[in-house]
Amino acid sequence: MKKLMLGNEAIARGLYEAGVTLVSSYPGTPSTEITEFAAKYDEIYCEWAPNEKVATEVAFGASLRGARSACAMKHVGLNVAADPLFTLSYTGVNGGMVIFVADDPAMHSSQNEQDSRHYAIAAKVPMLEPADSAEAKDFVKAAFAISEEFDTPVIIRMCTRIAHSQGAVELCDREEHALPAYEKNPQKYIMAPANAIRRHPFVEERTRKLSAYGETSPLNRVEYGGTEKGIICSGTCYQYVKEVFGDSVSVLKLGLVNPLPVEIIRDFASKVDTLYVIEELDGIIEAHLNALKIPCIGKEMFTPIGEYNQTTIREAFGLPQPESVSADTPVPVRPPVMCAGCPHRGLFYTLSKHKITCLGDIGCYTLGSAAPLFALDSTLCMGASVSGLHGFNKAGGKDSESKTVCVIGDSTFMHSGVTGLINIAYNASNSTVIILDNSITGMTGHQQNPTTGYNIKGDPALAVNLEALCKSIGIERVRVVDPYDLKQCEEAILEELSVDAPSVIISRRPCMLLKYVKAKPPVKVNEDKCVGCKQCMKLGCPAISMKNKKAHIDFTQCVGCDVCTQLCKLGAIEKGER
Amino acid sequence: METKNVMIVGVGGQGSLLASKLLGKLLTQEGYDVKVSEVHGMSQRGGSVVTYVRFGDRVYSPVISKGEADFIVSFEKIEAARYADTLKKDGKIIVNSQMIDPMPVITGAAQYPEGVLDELKAKGVFVDELDALSLAVEAGNPKSVNIVLMGRLAKYFDIPYDKWAEAIKVSVKPQFVDVNLKAFDLGYNY
Repeated sequence: MKKLMLGNEAIARGLYEAGVTLVSSYPGTPSTEITEFAAKYDEIYCEWAPNEKVATEVAFGASLRGARSACAMKHVGLNVAADPLFTLSYTGVNGGMVIFVADDPAMHSSQNEQDSRHYAIAAKVPMLEPADSAEAKDFVKAAFAISEEFDTPVIIRMCTRIAHSQGAVELCDREEHALPAYEKNPQKYIMAPANAIRRHPFVEERTRKLSAYGETSPLNRVEYGGTEKGIICSGTCYQYVKEVFGDSVSVLKLGLVNPLPVEIIRDFASKVDTLYVIEELDGIIEAHLNALKIPCIGKEMFTPIGEYNQTTIREAFGLPQPESVSADTPVPVRPPVMCAGCPHRGLFYTLSKHKITCLGDIGCYTLGSAAPLFALDSTLCMGASVSGLHGFNKAGGKDSESKTVCVIGDSTFMHSGVTGLINIAYNASNSTVIILDNSITGMTGHQQNPTTGYNIKGDPALAVNLEALCKSIGIERVRVVDPYDLKQCEEAILEELSVDAPSVIISRRPCMLLKYVKAKPPVKVNEDKCVGCKQCMKLGCPAISMKNKKAHIDFTQCVGCDVCTQLCKLGAIEKGER
Repeated sequence: METKNVMIVGVGGQGSLLASKLLGKLLTQEGYDVKVSEVHGMSQRGGSVVTYVRFGDRVYSPVISKGEADFIVSFEKIEAARYADTLKKDGKIIVNSQMIDPMPVITGAAQYPEGVLDELKAKGVFVDELDALSLAVEAGNPKSVNIVLMGRLAKYFDIPYDKWAEAIKVSVKPQFVDVNLKAFDLGYNY
């Protein structure tokens, strides 16, 4: 049976068919749906871990016990999981283990566009890269076979266009893998120097064997189409090449992208007049060819920045582009914005009003950096707001401490903000940390986390009590505010900035997109009272615009949060009625 | 058959994802090789979002590039113009006349270019404009704009009305089937 499946859904299907019994992940676009779809199979235990390092170690534990296990993350998540990854390469696996990493060229939803292939090379583990949903599923099964045959964790590299594209997938049955009896093997799994020294030669030998495997594996294949042009590519680039050239060029499609084969490449190169390497982001295949002294054209013709498509390929080869028309009038940009009724807005308005310096973090609230709020001063990586604030205040002294805060979401705080807070308490800075608790992992599309009280299946789970957690760390001043109440926000922020003690303000209100949050009737503008002063426009609410010099509320967007009504001194914005 | 390309554009939160899923499912049932490229995550809310649906005998790329789209279905007036250069020379734009101010317009940094579709028409672009929001309200739910527009798109396809209706029935939650069938009909017969 064939089914149209998202790349990530196809991965989940592959996990099911491969007899996997455990998946632990932290959400991150574009990898999130792998675990969400896997959780729909009762045969697979799935969970959201607090971060990618934990997730990878949980998967390691399951592998050690003999089960087939997996974890999934976005490219920057692998930075967090890099610590276990590098030594997992030495221990190898007991049950097969696969790590899914989703790169985001063009940064549709990311803070950088790092190329995860570097990790496979650096950690000396095999990496597979599928080119569509059907391959995504097949490669999962191949990856588990490789993992167990070569005693190694395997990385499968996805990218946005594979992860978030649907294509036809042939469904097969699940193959169960019985859990073996556990056998202790300290020489293999205790990576103290005496043992690790013996494992490193194993890793080098494994890479040699994998390289030989790649020479004959069906994961790498050649499609001959004449001798004039030969193109080496993998993943989504293969699709763009085929779309533009069809069968008129020869293509070496690599499915195993680490370690790269040698003989197939030499052979392919010898059969074509000009050899091209087309790869998004870094010139990794090209560097391999350079090391082999095989002449090729790569990054001199193709940028290391962003995504490719048919236009990019045609342009590089000087091929004619299809005709197109465009408007001369410029169309204003439409960046994503915080939703109407977003609980973060009231808090950001308060920070903006008092010109408070604010170190930001990773989440929907990064949007608070945009016009008209301009509420943020930095965004680096998960958790960096809390630790960064401490450094900022240590460097800036009392003056900084009295007018600087940081904001971090509930899920991001659980991920890696709590360690920064421990540092604030231990190394004593009078820092003011604001936890934006919207009771969900918002930006990636509503995943549960350790503070929400539910697990990935939506079943009740233990909830971390943020107030008790912060107090137990040693923060004595912990208070909760409702971000819909501007007066309460203002009082709390100004007071906590003024005191000589570290403090945590929990700005608590659930994301208004959550199903259980009921919208109130939309507010409306009394045009007789509105003088068009634009005070309400300072909120940057997408439901508020100016029409005929009066404020106008879009009833399809407004959820009646009443934040704008608190700003209107003339009382021109009135509560709606059902 | 040469690959056909449908580009669906709109504002994050308007329901373009459901429209592309519906279309993908229907075209697969019709026996085509189909690829649908989507945009995910709450972080796209309020932003410009793009979805690609491609179908034919053998589809390679998941994305539609400049000058390749047979149809642009736009959920908002100026979003159609933003991506007009993706349209084929004789392609068609189906556009909801609803105007949603982007943030630069809200903050006063830019003007909403109301006449931009007329400009495209003057350049010979086929533009089929309809007030999908009013039709969706008439159908019983302003959120059914996506299905109104699918109804309009269906006019230009050879697939029988009943098959679209069947695809809607299996794509939306049971309690929304009637509203969406009405929305589809209002778009189709507009």
